[in-house]
Amino acid sequence: MGAMRGPSVGTQVVAHLFLVCVTMLTLYPILWVVNMALTPGQAFAVGWLPIPTSVSLENFEYVLTATDAQGTCIFINRLCNSIIVSTSTALIGLIASTTAAYAMSRWSFPGKEAGMQLFLTTQMFPSVVMAVPLYLMLDNLHLLDSLTGLVVVYSTTSVPFSVWTLKGYFDTIPREIEEAAWMDGASRWLTFWRIVLPLARPALAVTGLFSFMTAWNEFILAATITSDPNKFTLPVMLQRYVDDYGAEWGHFAAGSILVSLPVVLLFFALQKHFVGGLTAGGVKG
Amino acid sequence: MLTLFCLWGAYAAEPIVVWHAMGGTEEQALLSTVEEWSQHSGREVQVVAIPAGAFDSKFETAVPRGNGPDLAITAHVKREVWREMTLLEPLELPDRPWWPAAREAVVDRDGRAWAIPLSLKCPVLMYDPTKIDHPPATTDELLALAREWADHGDYGLAYEAAVPYFHAAWMHGFGGQLFDAQGEATLDTPEQVAAFGFVHQLSADGLIPGSVTSERLGQLYDEGRVPLVINGPWFVPDRKRKIAFAPMPVVSSTGLPARPYLTVDVAFVAQGADPDAALLAAWLGSEFAEVQRRDIAGQVAASQELLYTDPLQRVIALQAETAVPMPVNARVLSAFEAQARALRRVVRGSASPEQAAEEAQYWYASLTQPPAAPAAAWPYVLGLCAILGLLSWRAREHAGLVKSVYQFRYTYLWVFPAVFAVVVLVVLPFIAGTTVSLLSGNGGDWTFVGMRNFVSIVLSKDWPLTSPMSFYYTLLVTLLWTSTNVVLHVAIGLGFALVLREPWVKLKGLWRSLLILPWAVPNYITALIWRSMFDAQYGAINALLGAVIGHPVHMDWFASFGTAFSANLITNTWLGFPFMMVVTLGALQAIPRELEEAAEVDGAGLWLRFRHVTWPLVKPALLPAMVLGSVWTFNMFNVVYLVSQGEPDGSTEILISQAYRWAFSRGHQYGYAAAYAVLIFGVLWLYSYGTKRWAR
Repeated sequence: MGAMRGPSVGTQVVAHLFLVCVTMLTLYPILWVVNMALTPGQAFAVGWLPIPTSVSLENFEYVLTATDAQGTCIFINRLCNSIIVSTSTALIGLIASTTAAYAMSRWSFPGKEAGMQLFLTTQMFPSVVMAVPLYLMLDNLHLLDSLTGLVVVYSTTSVPFSVWTLKGYFDTIPREIEEAAWMDGASRWLTFWRIVLPLARPALAVTGLFSFMTAWNEFILAATITSDPNKFTLPVMLQRYVDDYGAEWGHFAAGSILVSLPVVLLFFALQKHFVGGLTAGGVKG
Repeated sequence: MLTLFCLWGAYAAEPIVVWHAMGGTEEQALLSTVEEWSQHSGREVQVVAIPAGAFDSKFETAVPRGNGPDLAITAHVKREVWREMTLLEPLELPDRPWWPAAREAVVDRDGRAWAIPLSLKCPVLMYDPTKIDHPPATTDELLALAREWADHGDYGLAYEAAVPYFHAAWMHGFGGQLFDAQGEATLDTPEQVAAFGFVHQLSADGLIPGSVTSERLGQLYDEGRVPLVINGPWFVPDRKRKIAFAPMPVVSSTGLPARPYLTVDVAFVAQGADPDAALLAAWLGSEFAEVQRRDIAGQVAASQELLYTDPLQRVIALQAETAVPMPVNARVLSAFEAQARALRRVVRGSASPEQAAEEAQYWYASLTQPPAAPAAAWPYVLGLCAILGLLSWRAREHAGLVKSVYQFRYTYLWVFPAVFAVVVLVVLPFIAGTTVSLLSGNGGDWTFVGMRNFVSIVLSKDWPLTSPMSFYYTLLVTLLWTSTNVVLHVAIGLGFALVLREPWVKLKGLWRSLLILPWAVPNYITALIWRSMFDAQYGAINALLGAVIGHPVHMDWFASFGTAFSANLITNTWLGFPFMMVVTLGALQAIPRELEEAAEVDGAGLWLRFRHVTWPLVKPALLPAMVLGSVWTFNMFNVVYLVSQGEPDGSTEILISQAYRWAFSRGHQYGYAAAYAVLIFGVLWLYSYGTKRWAR
């Protein structure tokens, strides 16, 4: 009976106080971002308490409306770049991997084990380690400073990732339905196209969104491969606000909120799927 | 008809294309002078603003392909590099009273001019006229003044002391120079040591802030915490306090003026440009254009003819007399990198001026190593043939393979897209990377050096084992980094999960969502925030510490290995614990509480219950998560690159960030970096092999 009620009231209060404290500590850096975004001006805020003394939305307004020398809106341009690159990466990942993931889930064939090992191993190695050959190859193909080049680089991650995650999902779909379809004389392809794919739609969405988020959040390769601001993605734009040459903390913070809000929401919506998928096979964050 | 055609041809002459990277009033001044010329000459001119960061690379790729500009307006520093790449046309320097330094910036050793000098920029001494009546004329006066003002948290002088561009003034003032007449770096001469000694004194006496960026300088000045600043004209527009200007002081011990670097904006005529482009360049260098630039954009002319009323322009024009043009040597970046490292140590006080100077020279030498002598390729070709032969011999044993591959051909069609993509995107780059690791060179021309890159890394040939540059040092740091992180992630994540799981905890969903945020927010953003929270002057962490102990703290977190590593560790622990928490919560959900309750009824204490009931049940889920987390941490580039940035002296660098630095910020040593990457593959492969064996 005592076990069901839990410990004394005192312990419970202390535990809740503890939770309040650690949560405050965890939120501390994030509160700084909010604080700097709302505080007018560009200085890195001073003091230890992240509470703005005066509040304004001018930083958001600046980030959303600033234009470059040619008069194009910087934010819209970088946003389009990010969307194009992330969407293409996710789509390439899905298109290249779906059939393979299905085949690996359902049938055995010579070289299957080796292939799965290949996909798993390629995931373990971070793309930054591959930066040198990728950089040199893109240079030779004249793809530096292009969105295509970025998509190529990000696809090195999204294809093997998608194979593994989708295989995991296909494994959970019972085979009975397909077997029934085969009995009725439907071809493998038809069964896959008409029955399995519609069933796997949520899994495809989650996998695609994960690739999308990874590309959306990638910073160092984009910063290495692009030097033309018109080809920057949002992370590079943000970093440039506060690199060695600039110190626009207000703009950085406001931009950070705009850029991360959609992915944070997406993250919360999808997080259940991540944890399962990640520990099951994938290795990359 | 023919005449008509010719006339049409003349009118359709392509416009002259001018590239520049200016904005604001400088761009206006350029546009108005070009307009004037266009009307006089009847030639159409197209002026294109190129983003400053992309200017050089765009110019270098566009000109050889024939779609570059006719005229490029930019700083003079790329003169030699571009001349060697044959991107430039030589031209006639008009006979005007150029400042000697401006002439030196555009004329090569053989006396040929490669650009028309337009305007000048250089750092000068800036001071707060409300605090200082007479700017110091000598370094002794400067030291005396600085001592007067340096006091609890305030400084006597502020400039980016660890940046070679700003250090140059002292270097020249003490009689040193970056390169001698033969183009060899001279970073360890007695003059260099003396200049380092001066900086060392400034820093050791607390007269200058240790590590300071341009933005912090502005903040310090605006708050009235420093009366003297050394900076360029770009510092002035945003200031909130009065500011006055003076030329750099004379170095008392040598009697020589402190001579800062001069950057000359010039007009380059690109290879194969329209013949009229040279005329336009000359026009841009005329007195008329100089007056326009002075009046519209406040720029200081490259010739000595103009008079200035603006105090800043006046002082820059004065300073131009002694300033030294930025070196055009192709190796200037390597020399800067080497000197910057040494300067950071001097400012921090972690090396004596002599030591630092010696290290700078050594570091420069290793950055500019001539490519190793080509190695004979035949042993490698032979080895490759032997391996291929062996493989095909082995394949004979699987004679049935071909048949079964044929049998499964339709299944392979299903797998084909993914395999093709991975081969093209991962396997080919991997082979390319492995090939590059056998080469030496930085793009352009490669030499085959065989295993030499590996040998020099693995035997730590260039660095003593204990140097932060040695592979083993970095490996050790990486292992320390990975293990401490994983332990903290698991301990904290597990702790939170165990608390959050208690049925009497209120608002579970809220705590869980808030504690998960560090994982949800893109980590480059939070890493940048943490970096600035650790700032010595204005960081929130120092402010928190100050609030706790009751007096201001200005600890430089990135000055010693222990604190810099801790800063990285704190950041990454913050980033990493939510994952472990979520995994544990998920695993705990599957565990029937009855088990623990039964144990409690049996009188088992908290620890015993955890040790014998909870942990064994959580372990199966947590172990794979730990393997995963350790690989993530091993590869956690963003935190190291953005938070400590490898400081101090690259000692907090981990393997992956070290490889990146060799490739992209230390003279583009691609071969060396690729060998590093192959070794990282090796370490990771060993690790995954090990954990797999261990899991069984």
